[in-house]
Amino acid sequence: MIEARGIVKRFGDFTALDGVSVDVPTGSLTALLGPSGSGKSTLLRVVAGLEQPDAGEVSLDGEDVTRLPPQSRGVGFVFQHYAAFKHMTVWDNVAFGLTIRRRPRSEIKQRVTELLDLVQLSGLAKRYPAQLSGGQRQRMGLARALAVDPKVLLLDEPFGALDARVRKELRIWLRRLHDETHTTTVIVTHDQEEAMDVADRVVVMNAGRVEQTAPPRELYDHPANEFVMSFVGPVNRLGDTFIRPHDVELLLEPNGSTQEAMVQRLVHLGFEVRVELVRDDGETLSAQLTREQVETLELQHGQIVYVRPTHQTVFAD
Amino acid sequence: MIGKYALRLASLGYLAVLLVAPVGFVFWRTFEHGVGPAWDAVTTPDALHALKVTLILTAIAVPANTVFGVLCALAIVRHRYPGAGIVNAVVDLPLALSPVVAGVALLLLYGRGRWLGGHGIVFALPGMVLATIFVSLPFVVREVVPVLREIGTEQEQAAATLGASGFQTFLRVTWPAIRWATAYGVVLTTARALGEFGAVSVVSGRLVGQTESLTLYIQDRYVSFDTTGAYAAAVVLALLAMVTLILMTRLKPKEGTQ
Repeated sequence: MIEARGIVKRFGDFTALDGVSVDVPTGSLTALLGPSGSGKSTLLRVVAGLEQPDAGEVSLDGEDVTRLPPQSRGVGFVFQHYAAFKHMTVWDNVAFGLTIRRRPRSEIKQRVTELLDLVQLSGLAKRYPAQLSGGQRQRMGLARALAVDPKVLLLDEPFGALDARVRKELRIWLRRLHDETHTTTVIVTHDQEEAMDVADRVVVMNAGRVEQTAPPRELYDHPANEFVMSFVGPVNRLGDTFIRPHDVELLLEPNGSTQEAMVQRLVHLGFEVRVELVRDDGETLSAQLTREQVETLELQHGQIVYVRPTHQTVFAD
Repeated sequence: MIGKYALRLASLGYLAVLLVAPVGFVFWRTFEHGVGPAWDAVTTPDALHALKVTLILTAIAVPANTVFGVLCALAIVRHRYPGAGIVNAVVDLPLALSPVVAGVALLLLYGRGRWLGGHGIVFALPGMVLATIFVSLPFVVREVVPVLREIGTEQEQAAATLGASGFQTFLRVTWPAIRWATAYGVVLTTARALGEFGAVSVVSGRLVGQTESLTLYIQDRYVSFDTTGAYAAAVVLALLAMVTLILMTRLKPKEGTQ
């Protein structure tokens, strides 16, 4: 269990964290989601002890660790740019924490073998980080962090430097790893899809504050405010009303509650088709349809259709 | 094509005229009458003493500036505090300042009756050591600082989260990354310490057979019209410098390993 209470952190004139409180339950996989500069990485570094907060408290499993150095906190940290020890082999990288703790040689050997197996790097133990791909380096970083049996595992944009395909593979893999080990894990990301895919709980941050904390589905279905609504998925904004593109229904004939619009563009994204529309009052919006729906409606560029939202959200001020 | 050859010719010619010819000439003049006279000239008690003084100065100044240089580089790069910029600038002072000025400054500070004055500093070995340290101070710092900046702090932070103390982190993570830069700085420091003339000249008092380093001895021989002695001692100094350079090239890791 990680409890952060009223964390304030300033860098000169910039307030990175403006009184943030977050709870991470034991055994959960929680994502800190937000745009750059929202304070999510700073919060993670405060939990790890790599930054000292100007105010507030951090406790791990009920113990106040606010003034403890990172060495004594029992956290595993994974860095966006790997932070691999460049002059050590993969084996020595993973063994580092255990060597520092002067564990018996046989124990180190057994543990490192196990971990390399877990992260699928067994054959590469004698390589140097420079001889690994980005994905392999990051798996090594994970094994290194897990070697010391951390109370919590903290990942700072761990897949941010990897290409899209490897990102997806690794996050599925991370989820499986978590299901096996149940280590309390916090992952920082600016990618809402990644957060929703991997985490059981998502903390949405913006400008040094927490906007909402919820499971992925609830976040999507019941966003607390405009910011969350537009950050966790594509959205049409029409006056005070927010409509998800998949909640826009297109009809060929008007009925009482529809509005006229013209098809401006059809974007084929495999199974899905994004239909970009312009209403007669000049407002633009997009609708997300399946390929079949588009074919049934025989939609074409320039065609007039009638738009009806099936679900819409209005936030009270 | 012509441009390429012209460039090579220019650079080689420049080296030949300004470096190789003078040094070669010294070697030639030294061994003009065979090895015997040259050997006799460098094995006089005064010559041997001068060599000993130079080696002592180097043996103290180089380790001192190596330890200080690495610590100072860490202080400049790894810690944010008011005045770090000033430290960074002051370290370069010996590069900008004429060694004679350094010598005079030491004389003013440590001379008899001066602020930190006392017997046995100026016109003695301790003063010469201080002068040598002064002029050879920046090299290790200057080599290590850019490497520390380049490697960044993430590896050190990773080591901290894995439980390594500050010293363990330095030993296992930081030092392996900066050791070649340090070695190169040591070589430059050594070369400077061996060859220092101006500052040492001012503070030494130039007592023959007592406070004369090899460079001072060479000049002393030369102005006494003992050209054989001067050239022979110059060759010894040049050989010491070459050994330093050769050691460096042997030490340097081959490009592309690791």
